[in-house]
Amino acid sequence: MTTRYNFAYLDEQTKRMIRRAVLKAVAVPGYQVPFGSREMPLSYGWGTGGVQVTASVIGPDDVLKVIDQGADDTTNAVSIRRFFARTTGVATTTSTEAATLIQTRHRIPETPLREGQILVLQVPIPEPLRWLEPREAETRKMHALEEYGVMYVRLYEDITRHGKVAQTYEYPVMVDGRYLMRPSPIPKFDNPKLDRSPALLLFGAGREKRIYAIPPWTRVKSLDFDDHPFEVEHWDRACDLCGAQGAFLDELIVDDKGGRLFICSDTDYCARRRPAGEPGPGA
Amino acid sequence: MSAMVDEPPLLSVRGLGKRYGAQLGCRDIGFDLWPGEVLGVVGESGSGKTTVLDCLSGRVAADGGRVAYAKADGTVVDVLRLDEAARRRLLRTEWGVVHQHARDGLRMGVSAGANVGERLMALGARHYGRVRGRALDWLARVEIGEDRIDDLPETFSGGMQQRLQIARNLVTEPRLVLMDEPTGGLDVSVQARLLDLLRGLVEDLGLSAVIVTHDLAVARLLAHRLLVMRGGEVVESGLTDQVLDDPQHPYAQLLVSSVLQP
Amino acid sequence: MYVAVKGGERAIDNAHRLLAEERRGDPGVPELSLAQIEQQLALAVDRVMTEGSLHDRELAALAVKQARGDLIEAIFLLRAYRTTLPRLGVSLPLDTAAMVVHRRVSAIFKDVPGGQILGPTFDYTHRLLDFELAAPGSLLAPAGVESGGEGDRGPAPLPRVMDLLDREGLIESEPPSEPGGQVGDLTREPLTFPARRDVRLQNLARGDEGFLLAMGYATQRGYGRNHPFAGEIRHGEVAVSLAPEELGFAVEIATISVTECQMVNQFKGSSTTPAQFTRGYGLVFGAAERKAMAMALVDRALRVRELGEEPASPTQDEEFVLSHSDSVEASGFVQHLKLPHYVDFQSELVLVRDLRAAHGTGAASAAPDGR
Repeated sequence: MTTRYNFAYLDEQTKRMIRRAVLKAVAVPGYQVPFGSREMPLSYGWGTGGVQVTASVIGPDDVLKVIDQGADDTTNAVSIRRFFARTTGVATTTSTEAATLIQTRHRIPETPLREGQILVLQVPIPEPLRWLEPREAETRKMHALEEYGVMYVRLYEDITRHGKVAQTYEYPVMVDGRYLMRPSPIPKFDNPKLDRSPALLLFGAGREKRIYAIPPWTRVKSLDFDDHPFEVEHWDRACDLCGAQGAFLDELIVDDKGGRLFICSDTDYCARRRPAGEPGPGA
Repeated sequence: MSAMVDEPPLLSVRGLGKRYGAQLGCRDIGFDLWPGEVLGVVGESGSGKTTVLDCLSGRVAADGGRVAYAKADGTVVDVLRLDEAARRRLLRTEWGVVHQHARDGLRMGVSAGANVGERLMALGARHYGRVRGRALDWLARVEIGEDRIDDLPETFSGGMQQRLQIARNLVTEPRLVLMDEPTGGLDVSVQARLLDLLRGLVEDLGLSAVIVTHDLAVARLLAHRLLVMRGGEVVESGLTDQVLDDPQHPYAQLLVSSVLQP
Repeated sequence: MYVAVKGGERAIDNAHRLLAEERRGDPGVPELSLAQIEQQLALAVDRVMTEGSLHDRELAALAVKQARGDLIEAIFLLRAYRTTLPRLGVSLPLDTAAMVVHRRVSAIFKDVPGGQILGPTFDYTHRLLDFELAAPGSLLAPAGVESGGEGDRGPAPLPRVMDLLDREGLIESEPPSEPGGQVGDLTREPLTFPARRDVRLQNLARGDEGFLLAMGYATQRGYGRNHPFAGEIRHGEVAVSLAPEELGFAVEIATISVTECQMVNQFKGSSTTPAQFTRGYGLVFGAAERKAMAMALVDRALRVRELGEEPASPTQDEEFVLSHSDSVEASGFVQHLKLPHYVDFQSELVLVRDLRAAHGTGAASAAPDGR
């Protein structure tokens, strides 16, 4: 345990600054609040935004879970969890239910969240209009003036070209009927979990220096057309380990003849469904 | 078509001026425009006619003057004093701007259909089929084949790009359209077709328009009234036929007489 | 039977152990000391301090050692350390006119008051690998080096060449700083556009030398040309002073080594304002002269708006330059592609397979090839 660093690494002044940004974000759901992102011991692009948000809201009584691609044991999740273990001494867990604070990259847990939990999502590119308009000065104006027509032009083009919208992750959403938001690179499969979630959802982009939030019970709608409604990915099969249907499945190539297994991306969810670690039907 | 005496003008401009540093753009410009009227602003390059248009559309900030516009809901606003949000909204709904170069007025990277449908979607249209249907309607009205709806504007000829630009602007049925040299750079035969189209649309839709052009033939065909500009100022104004057949001001006389006769 | 992949924690520990081994290399070879790095790889230390935004030679040397010579990694280490340091105050502006000069050259006059002082420079070396340096004990200063003359460590500070131009009104004056005026700080507030010059310069000072070099080079080749001349480059020691509130007067707290570059650029004038040259400015820690010069070129290129010029080139696009100048940000984001992205990729797989299936049955709309 290092004694040279403050609790959760950041100094109190910085944490206060970040919490102020978080409060602003909660007050204006979906709006990107600029903040003075600090250089962290992890690389930009590897979750510094999420880490700064977590570091600012974590307290000694919290129980922290960290996942990446839905799994607790991926290297980056391990690295971040260790960072907080070292700098806070806070209890950590792999159980979604037991956690009070969950930092995640690219997935929302399958286990439904409850009131009182905070989910911190790591965001690489916060600006939903970025690929349509590279200039920050212009996109800020577009948000202020609710000029989102160009996003629908993009959806229209997709439908024209492919017969459906081609965005499969980071699927743009409308928050509280006002702000267009990029929900971080979660698969569109997870978008419905954003709508009226009982938990507080916080989004941190360290390199781009933006924080945004979806307060509990906020309406979040994925963009679509009335005659081309938003739809999620589906698989024609169940998890080969636990038999779950309707969970996001990872595809694993298991031999060089192209044999594959499909397994829940959410490792905690999958493990809980398999009593005492029994292998599932596909094993 | 003559204006009704008791109908308020759609657009009323007084004392409009703009300097670019030491250089004069335009000075003391004033005119009224009634619904259904087309005003031509003619002059050589450097006369300030494009500056007038740029001041009206807000592309440049005027130094002074008043531009009173009567909105569809009956209220009158000074366009020069509108906040940016209101001005941008106006330009997407009741006004249209057709640029000299189609590239400036189109999204070159998306299909013709998307270009035409954008304003509708910006205003809340959320039914793909219906947006596409309106786009097809308008492409037909500007004489672009249905089969081109999914093509990129890059694949269109100059005249077609210009017609697409017009469709993109007219889809929200604006009341006022600002056009800068709409036939500039097009072949003579293509110009003729475009002018015919514009004349028809103006009549059918009861559009008002301010058209900047150096081409007196275009002015003759499209405009009811003319402003002749030189050195940033209006030197003569009046009914098109009067100004072109019987110009009073020496410069206007020079301009008219220097038009090559076929 | 498939067993889910576990052991990430152990893998990371092993990776760290392996890294430590690689860092040490052959145990038969003497280990580098911080003093060796600080002294004999001084230019590496200079760069790490400049882009790391922290003046501490020993810490920079440690960062270079820990990063195994990867300077961008070392800069990252120093920046992360900087985050933990408390902010005690803000110094007074450095007075580079009072610099104790070791090197000072000007390309715009054949001679200047105080003289052209070459100092320790690579400039006139012939780039021939000197195999004599390969032998240990070869880095000894040759005996009998002539003392540099008056200006070398002379007590009288050398007047700045730019001030000479300024006195004649030939060059635009820098607006005097307002006493107690706020200076922007990118380490505290995010960058917003349009950006003021103080923030731009800070961004460039922290910016990656390679990127700035490329941008500066581009301006010379026509991408936003501004006709630069090297007005003055000076390198030496300056005092750092602080005026704590409790004291009410300034106290000198340190002496640091910096290199300052002032470029003289394209003159501007009109019928109403007489012609004057314009400026570009660069400042770095230590002797990182190339960076100071590149910084000055890019500074001038980004001043287009305030000088009433039309930006025509990416080098003059402040959003483009300032958003991509930071090596720590760039390195992080480029390398983050190594992180697992298999969930998002899975979503793409699902879509692409769907589209291909639909294509096969002819059910997809016959639209032209996506771009």
